[in-house]
Amino acid sequence: MRTIRFIIQKEFLQIFRNKAMLPIIFLLPVIQLVILSNAATYEIQDIRMVAIDKDNSPMSHRLLSKLNGSPYFKLLQVTNNTKVGTEALNNGIADIVLEIPHRMEKNVTSNIPVKLQLSVNAIDGVKAGLASGYMQAIIVEYGKGIIMLNPPSSLSGGVVTQTSNWFNESLDYKTFMVPGILVLLVTMIGTFLTAMNIVREKELGTMEQLNVSPIKKHHFIIGKLFPFLVLGLLELFIGLVVAKLVFNTPFLGSLFIVFLFAILYLMVVLGIGLLISTITETQQQAMFISWFFMVIFILMSGLFTPIESMPVWAQKITLFNPVRYFIEIMRMVMLKGSGFGDVGRHFLILGIYALVINGLAIWQYRKTS
Amino acid sequence: MNRFTAFVKKEFLHILRDPRTLLIMFGMPVAQVILFGFAITNEISNAKIAILDQSKDVVTQKLISKILSTGYFELENYLNSEYEIEQVFREGKVKEVIVFGPNFASDFQNGKANLQVIADATDPNTGTTLINYTNAIVNDFIGQEFAGSARILPIRIETRMWYNPELLGVFYFIPGVITIILMLVSTMLTSISIAREKELGTMEVLLASPMKPAQVILAKVIPYLFLSFFNAIVILLMGRFVFHLPFEGSIVFLLLETLLFIIVALSLGVLISTKVATQQLALMISLFALMLPTILLSGFIFPVENMPIALQVISHFIPAKWFVIIIKSILLKGNDISHLWKETLILVAFVVVFIGASIKNYKVRLE
Amino acid sequence: MDEKVIRVENLTKTFGNFYAVKEISFEVSKGEIFGFIGANGAGKTTAIKMLCGLLTPTSGKATVAGFDVFREQEKIKKNIGYMSQKFSLYEDLTVIENINFFGGIYGLSDREIKQRTEELISMLGMEEVSSSLLASLPLGWKQKLSFSVALLHNPKIVFLDEPTGGVDPITRRQFWESIYQAAKNGTTIFVTTHYMDEAEYCDRISMMVDGEIKGLASPQELKSIHHAESMDEVFISLARNKEF
Repeated sequence: MRTIRFIIQKEFLQIFRNKAMLPIIFLLPVIQLVILSNAATYEIQDIRMVAIDKDNSPMSHRLLSKLNGSPYFKLLQVTNNTKVGTEALNNGIADIVLEIPHRMEKNVTSNIPVKLQLSVNAIDGVKAGLASGYMQAIIVEYGKGIIMLNPPSSLSGGVVTQTSNWFNESLDYKTFMVPGILVLLVTMIGTFLTAMNIVREKELGTMEQLNVSPIKKHHFIIGKLFPFLVLGLLELFIGLVVAKLVFNTPFLGSLFIVFLFAILYLMVVLGIGLLISTITETQQQAMFISWFFMVIFILMSGLFTPIESMPVWAQKITLFNPVRYFIEIMRMVMLKGSGFGDVGRHFLILGIYALVINGLAIWQYRKTS
Repeated sequence: MNRFTAFVKKEFLHILRDPRTLLIMFGMPVAQVILFGFAITNEISNAKIAILDQSKDVVTQKLISKILSTGYFELENYLNSEYEIEQVFREGKVKEVIVFGPNFASDFQNGKANLQVIADATDPNTGTTLINYTNAIVNDFIGQEFAGSARILPIRIETRMWYNPELLGVFYFIPGVITIILMLVSTMLTSISIAREKELGTMEVLLASPMKPAQVILAKVIPYLFLSFFNAIVILLMGRFVFHLPFEGSIVFLLLETLLFIIVALSLGVLISTKVATQQLALMISLFALMLPTILLSGFIFPVENMPIALQVISHFIPAKWFVIIIKSILLKGNDISHLWKETLILVAFVVVFIGASIKNYKVRLE
Repeated sequence: MDEKVIRVENLTKTFGNFYAVKEISFEVSKGEIFGFIGANGAGKTTAIKMLCGLLTPTSGKATVAGFDVFREQEKIKKNIGYMSQKFSLYEDLTVIENINFFGGIYGLSDREIKQRTEELISMLGMEEVSSSLLASLPLGWKQKLSFSVALLHNPKIVFLDEPTGGVDPITRRQFWESIYQAAKNGTTIFVTTHYMDEAEYCDRISMMVDGEIKGLASPQELKSIHHAESMDEVFISLARNKEF
């Protein structure tokens, strides 16, 4: 058992002596967190809009000014020429083009249905969906307003809808992204460092001296794991402080749960790094394999796109993705105040995962070829 | 020249003899394309919802079944009281809760039926989209129920998606995947490969040989050039045959621009390698200082226009951003050099700057 | 005392179709300085690795310190020291830190570590540089430290793989003085080298040619058998497959 202490000591000495890596481990993630959280937003405003107004009536004008008045849209140009509108879309000047047909006002007041045409630049699927959604909502509102003003003889039927947004009233995308990006950064650093760590010893030759010693395999792995575990938690802590100070991220739930889970999570993620380390011979290989898994894990973690939007087969794969669980927990606990009972399942799954992965790493590590 | 070719061959063999790396080098673009093509999407379907029906009458039944029949929503649970709402959100089981007020059917006739749509807005876009969908369905329902009477909305909306009739992100992500893979193979691998020689001490041996330093670097870089190019082609082919990516423009022009970007990425890799002494450092810098910002600021996942000005300015200094513009422009609009001369020139400028800086760094070290 | 601490019988290691080590057999007595001589690539390092428990043999039998090289590799490791051909201590740690680390790995108590550290540093004359990173030391000093670390836990047997590679003649002589000293104290030394003159310093040597043992005797015996005046000549004679 004592040998573990010696390995941990050595690792820490090496880590902190590596002057070039220190800023990368501690400073860079903070910078990245700030920059990327600001970058990672799907919020859209000032969507560039061009209107083809063939009606040119007070009603169409009111509709257009209502659209322009919303923060979502910026009305660049109004024309009565369809071709001009189409060109604007083609040239990328407009993201969305609304065509208001002839005689809209006349038809509406005569209760004849009228059809408005929306053309959306769909190169960015997300943006297109949101843009058309917002525009539809505004037009529908407008339509309702018309009915209110000109109620037909009988009272109109319908529904009074109240919508509310819970847990993120201001609909701030950063609130959603910051915890996720933090997880991402801690993960990447941790995994790459451990993956390259053991292989580096192999490449440099110091591994042999360890292999010829009586050191026990599990002592070795634990000794390697521990320093990076501490490092990861430290980074997490720093990141959370930054999240609070810079982004005012809500901290509804218990941070204790977050850190407890972080320990489990780091054991999985670092364990994966160690496992990769034991099956590769060069740092280049280790880096490459880590990168491969990292990318897949990150893309399928629910950080950038929701897991629920994935096809069933992909969702099943995410069950094996540790990142998914941590991001879920971070969001649930921090933003919704979920408690231990709500995330018990996550703990169980990651606990098993941690045991299996590290067990594999210990088994894979051969002191004898 | 023979010496040089021999060296290049050695570098190639190095790479080709490593089955693990090779597997990943070719598996990675394929995996990414598949992921992006099939799994990564923001589209919402089968979103889990919970319903609190305080009326349980004919109208609510009809409306509920209409909502559930669209495919956007999936019923997780009926709730029994308002107290359960918060809990069901906390457990993360549903993304939206719909509450039907009491006396729904009768109030419906008078336009006073009470409906609450509560979204879990931790992901604001999902929340908003679900609310939008719900509203659209409800409005449609009203339209149906009162069809033929004068009570319906007078305005109908028809939406057409331009360039992308099926609203798939394919045309958006293929350029993005190419960019990532090229940055990975060309920049990261190159910088690590050169750093490796430094770290293991073999660099000095190489430099002591009759080969000029520039030749050594070039020989290291050439295999990655081929590999990157090959990867780019694989990705484009996958885009074409699996996802029906349009190729409006000239393929030759596309490939030339791709080659140019590869050279940009390679020269960046060389630049990094002049600054670092270990592989680990090369990796970390390539990864954090480059890869992440590139992915996030090049505009292919998150729209650049919505970012703070400072970030938008920074994004101009990221080569990938210009390359993404070029590729998308060629693939989707068939533009040629006359439209893209500005962006192309910018890429060339990057090459000049990177190589210039590398040479300068190298000379400084020699002194 | 003629206790045999290493026993090897028809030990073989193949890599695919290639015989790196082919059916070698020998025994080493306690306190002996046993040399494994041969050209680079003859199989010396492979042989040593098998005896150290770093490589599993393909066939044959062998015991080191009484433990089987196939099934009791970890037990072997408790009883041996090893100095590899390629420098394998930590360049980014200091002299003291390296000694401290390996002392701990071999289970020495804190007190023992402290004691051994002082002993080693003074014996090596490294007082001035004890807190310097290994990377800043000249090769000869690094090798000496490596050798000392191999002896740190007072093992019964020490395996040295080309310990004097690349060092100057004076340092080489110092090395061999340390080796003699250790042998006098009862440590068995198993050393490989491609320097033929070093063969003279051993009690007995075996010559490895292409994975096989071609000569196994004391240096004097070999020279007389081959009518040679130096080990170089013995080697040439054996390598050319002349009769033994």
